[in-house]
Amino acid sequence: MKSAVIVFPGSNRDNDVRLALADATGRDPTMVWHRDATLPEVDLIVVPGGFSYGDYLRCGAIAAHSPVLREVAERARRGVAVLGICNGFQILTEAGLLPGVLLRNANLKFVCREVGLRVETSQSLFTAGYATGQVLRIPVAHHDGNYFADDDTLDRLEERGQIAFRYCNADGVFGSEANPNGSARNIAGVFNETKTVLGLMPHPENAVDGLLGSTDGRGLFAGMVEALS
Amino acid sequence: MTESMNPEPAITPAIVAEHGLTPEEYDRLLAFLGRAPNLTELGIVSVMWSEHCSYKSSRRWLKTLPTQGRQVIQGPGENAGVIDIGDGQAAVFKMESHNHPSFIEPYQGAATGVGGIMRDVFTMGARPIANLNALRFGSPEDAKTRHLLAGVVAGIGGYGNCMGVPTVGGEVNFDPSYNGNILVNAMTVGLADRDRIFYSAAAGVGNPVIYVGAKTGRDGIHGATMASAAFTDDAEEKRPTVQVGDPFTEKLLLEACLELMATDAIVAIQDMGAAGLTSSSVEMSSKGDLGIELALDRVPVRETGMTPYEIMLSESQERMLMVLKPEAMETARAIFVKWELDFAEIGRLTDSGRLVLTMNGGTVADLPVQPLVDEAPNYDRPWQPTPARAPLDAASIPAPADPLATLARLIGCPDLVSRRWIWEQYDHLVMANTVQRPGGDAAVVRIEGTRKGLALTTDCTPRYCAADPKRGGAQAVAEAWRNLTAVGARPLALTDNMNFGNPERPEIMGQFVGCIEGMREACLALEFPVVSGNVSLYNETNGTGILPTPVIGGVGLLADVSKMASLAFKTAGQAILLIGAGDGHLGCSLYLREIEGREDGPPPAVDLAAERRNGDFVRRLIEGGHVTTCHDLSDGGLLVALAEMAMAGGIGAEIALPEEAAAAPHGWLFGEDQARYLVTAEADAAAEILRMAKAARVPASTIGSTGGGTLTLSTGHTISVATLKKTHEEWLPAYMREA
Repeated sequence: MKSAVIVFPGSNRDNDVRLALADATGRDPTMVWHRDATLPEVDLIVVPGGFSYGDYLRCGAIAAHSPVLREVAERARRGVAVLGICNGFQILTEAGLLPGVLLRNANLKFVCREVGLRVETSQSLFTAGYATGQVLRIPVAHHDGNYFADDDTLDRLEERGQIAFRYCNADGVFGSEANPNGSARNIAGVFNETKTVLGLMPHPENAVDGLLGSTDGRGLFAGMVEALS
Repeated sequence: MTESMNPEPAITPAIVAEHGLTPEEYDRLLAFLGRAPNLTELGIVSVMWSEHCSYKSSRRWLKTLPTQGRQVIQGPGENAGVIDIGDGQAAVFKMESHNHPSFIEPYQGAATGVGGIMRDVFTMGARPIANLNALRFGSPEDAKTRHLLAGVVAGIGGYGNCMGVPTVGGEVNFDPSYNGNILVNAMTVGLADRDRIFYSAAAGVGNPVIYVGAKTGRDGIHGATMASAAFTDDAEEKRPTVQVGDPFTEKLLLEACLELMATDAIVAIQDMGAAGLTSSSVEMSSKGDLGIELALDRVPVRETGMTPYEIMLSESQERMLMVLKPEAMETARAIFVKWELDFAEIGRLTDSGRLVLTMNGGTVADLPVQPLVDEAPNYDRPWQPTPARAPLDAASIPAPADPLATLARLIGCPDLVSRRWIWEQYDHLVMANTVQRPGGDAAVVRIEGTRKGLALTTDCTPRYCAADPKRGGAQAVAEAWRNLTAVGARPLALTDNMNFGNPERPEIMGQFVGCIEGMREACLALEFPVVSGNVSLYNETNGTGILPTPVIGGVGLLADVSKMASLAFKTAGQAILLIGAGDGHLGCSLYLREIEGREDGPPPAVDLAAERRNGDFVRRLIEGGHVTTCHDLSDGGLLVALAEMAMAGGIGAEIALPEEAAAAPHGWLFGEDQARYLVTAEADAAAEILRMAKAARVPASTIGSTGGGTLTLSTGHTISVATLKKTHEEWLPAYMREA
């Protein structure tokens, strides 16, 4: 699997995901600076976490209109797998590649903690390494992770199996206690209609090394390698 | 000298006083200048000679601190200290205060404090890999405390999170003495190659002086002078002197500087912190024994009509000054253009030994460089020692009927409750190297690509320092050393942040002198030198000073992070051992303050030989894999430490009080005797540990075992761990909700 990581001014988990991809694939991803003219031919494009362009307007709003994102969108239309994590998720929603928006956390505070995540479907190239219903422990670290869409959209996402992950407790049960940011229906990650684009707020790249805590993020990277190699 | 475009007023005694210079200091200025200064020159001298920049009250005492050691690459005097951590790598670190601005405008004050200390570290060629802090607020009952705490925490998070540097540890205390003067001390630790450290001494007559980073505005003018004066009730009127931070620009500046540092372009580099362009240009030229000429009309500004005075004294953030090799100019410019930052050649080095400033073709200031540094006042302020307190026998203090109900009160008091509400607002995981998260004795970050880790902590017990400054200073150093040891690290060096009241009062100066003396003894005994630091004086409002607060930021090295210890009980059925000895010292303890409402008595003795012996023994146990858990004993004593281990692991314990504790069980349970640790081990390994301890002449005893869901004492008292945890976790979120 060949992969690329888009680096914006202000990206700050670009190196974290580089390490996780290198570990999972055995080779370094190509790091693509936001002004680079060309995006290499790859199997997976990752839009990493951080504060692209400072996020002073609305998280991801400026990055969504950058030239490199136009190229990412074009690749996504051709079916290339695109993964947006945290700020990357915000950027992909702002760019219209994923439904919904990410609002400021309900309690208005930044939150960094390990949360429970339930895998809503294993039927995707991103989640093939997990079982449907499996409960993961993966950290979040964001100020604007409160997923919102209107009820019709949310119903449609559920009908079409486009919900990838939901926040849950240790027993896999949803509830406001398990919801770190006020997200609608505890949604932590969503797919596009073809399930070739995934955006999620939690950081699987920070859950791949037992020394640092959870290794529950490894399934995502292993599943992608399996599906895309 | 020609006149500037903006005619400047004549210098009157009132203007001199407004700049914080005494008549004697002004005379000293007249003596070396040989004429009256203009306003720009007066401004430059006043900030260079401010307490903040010149350390005029503290310098002679700071010099007594031990700064040497085989591990030390760079001690105090540069932007940050540098220590050798093996394999050609170095750790670069420093702590700095942003107390006064944070009281006036908590979010921006704290944020720019974090930004400033990170700049100090990456100026030296190091990538910041961890931030810590040490915070002191007033009484929780004070009307402003909630607002200040919320703003400071949001500001620290806002800056560090955006920079992508994890905030991994810190400490927080509450005390009424900080009602009008909160303390915000920020520490950054960076990683560099030991042969790629960058310094600030300018070299090479004719070399270009380059300004990079953000543009200069009118913010923060006279921040250094503000930080050198006490507050009165009009503190809020000083808001315009607080700088505004832009972490995004600093992130770009960090990446651009590190990219440039990978080339061979830089001769010298200095960040523009307190006193901005003034102190950076003077420090670089004075260290290189050169002169410097700056054309102020080439300085990138974001406001129109800025005067030379304003440009020189602005404390706008996210700016750096560099001396480059002339042939590398275009390489450097390309890097800063890539990162969309200003890059301006604003002057050059000269052999004149003078700081010469021009604007629009005219000279607006012309000062000799060396006297700005060498002639800075260096006071031997009168000081009087803090009177010793009468001893306090634990047996004379009422014992609680139910020690476990007392424990619940203690772990629910503001100084001991969980800080989760705070550290969950800090991204403590970014960079994917945080091996030990906030909440333990010390944070541990792995050095990427190696098995090594750095252990990091900030510590001070201000109530001890107030009661006995010398003992308190020694205790702060010893506790930092102990916290590093408790995770299995070898303590290497420390940075200090000396927060005190008005040094012109002999009793305050006596606190300072006493703390330094105690720190000195502890640094020597523990071979734990000071490599950087900061002094913040005049922390007082309307004549009332803060508790003396010499914060220690300690750095230690783990050769193999997989051997790191943590404080959470791991499984049931393990033996609990107490390492170290005590006599149940309750003077100055949290038990005395929280339960008896008294703050008298001397602080616990600090036996540095025992500290060293016990700590080295515990480290050996951890490195050898003999123990499964380790926690140092500090605030609240043995029972509080035990409760913290139980709550973290969700496992209870049974404890047998020894016979010698019968006379004063509360002394044994809550005494704050130093040099002690609790460890756990497999039940069948305890005997071997006791044998090893005896051989090492270290006091050790088995006091109980882990298991169940309660803490139970041999006195028959019991309490559930879940109840304790609820009490421990709920106070701070509930307090902050009451806004």
